[in-house]
Amino acid sequence: MTRDKNWWKLFTAFFRIGLFTFGGGFAMLPLIEKEVVEKQGWAEKDEILDIFAMAQSVPGAIGVNTAVFIGGRLHGVPGAIVALLGVVTPSILIILIIAQFFEQFQTNPYVARAFSGVRAAVVGLIAAAAVRVGRGAIVDRFGLVVAGTALFLSVFKLIPVIWVMVLGGLGGYLYALTRGRLGQK
Amino acid sequence: MILWQLFTSFFKIGLFTIGGGYAMLALIQEEIVHYGWMTPHEFVDIVGIAEMTPGPIAVNAATFIGYRVAGLAGALLATSAVVLPSLISVLIVSRFWARYKSSQGVQAVFAGIRPVVAGLVGAAAVLVGRASLQVLAPGSIHIPTLAMALVVFLGLLYRKWDPIKVLVVCALVGLFIFK
Repeated sequence: MTRDKNWWKLFTAFFRIGLFTFGGGFAMLPLIEKEVVEKQGWAEKDEILDIFAMAQSVPGAIGVNTAVFIGGRLHGVPGAIVALLGVVTPSILIILIIAQFFEQFQTNPYVARAFSGVRAAVVGLIAAAAVRVGRGAIVDRFGLVVAGTALFLSVFKLIPVIWVMVLGGLGGYLYALTRGRLGQK
Repeated sequence: MILWQLFTSFFKIGLFTIGGGYAMLALIQEEIVHYGWMTPHEFVDIVGIAEMTPGPIAVNAATFIGYRVAGLAGALLATSAVVLPSLISVLIVSRFWARYKSSQGVQAVFAGIRPVVAGLVGAAAVLVGRASLQVLAPGSIHIPTLAMALVVFLGLLYRKWDPIKVLVVCALVGLFIFK
């Protein structure tokens, strides 16, 4: 691992990751692995999986979390900030350009029609993501009940989304407690 | 005032985005509806734009909504707010990484949060679906939109279609078929 502070290299590596990953989240992982492990040697191959697992289980987007972790390990807090700026700058620039023209776009009849197709696709895209996430996350009857309850509560907006998550975490803890899984420490 | 609302909203969204993008769509919708920042169908458009442009969806949505609500300052503030929880939580967790990973309590909490995330993504599909199926047919369901959503759903799940290509093809279908 190089210890000379090459800020520019850190910034551009994560800028590339931010620029070439569409769809966010899991789509970013292969590119991050290639850039961070193969090209720069900032992490070992089997270590990167642990880093991804961490990135998924703390607050924030996975790509952003990985950038903060790698940057922070290389050069402390300033490194974390540089890597973070690298990964979000492409998004910010592109979205700002699109936002400039969005109002004109919206009222254009051709764009409006194209977007009616995009809207249909987005529904299918999210539904497919729900099934894919569900397959990984629901492993027993407890999980099924929790997922169903969360779906119900947030579709009918019975309690704020944040409370649904807090209750889920609490439920998981209590469930493990009743199963005696937290006994031996 | 509005900048402060943007900041707290997107900080909250960043803080409760666990397990990736789609789970926080329900939360983003809750926030933008609460403050009246945009209509439900504009929200669907933003999800579409965020999908088609590079980068994490949370970041794209923050920049876009921030810009719409309060210009360039809003865009930069909302984006900073949405990534700030990452910066804080990752720097803390990486310090205690080994202990954090093997803690049974942390494992148990996540065993409860993971299915919630799945449920929230399902809820996002329902909420976005409801907004999107009514744009062309207010008060009822637009059947061609529903059919297209269904084809996309099955294709992504069983044929492993590429999401970007799906969006481009659907835009073209919309352009030539929908009115």
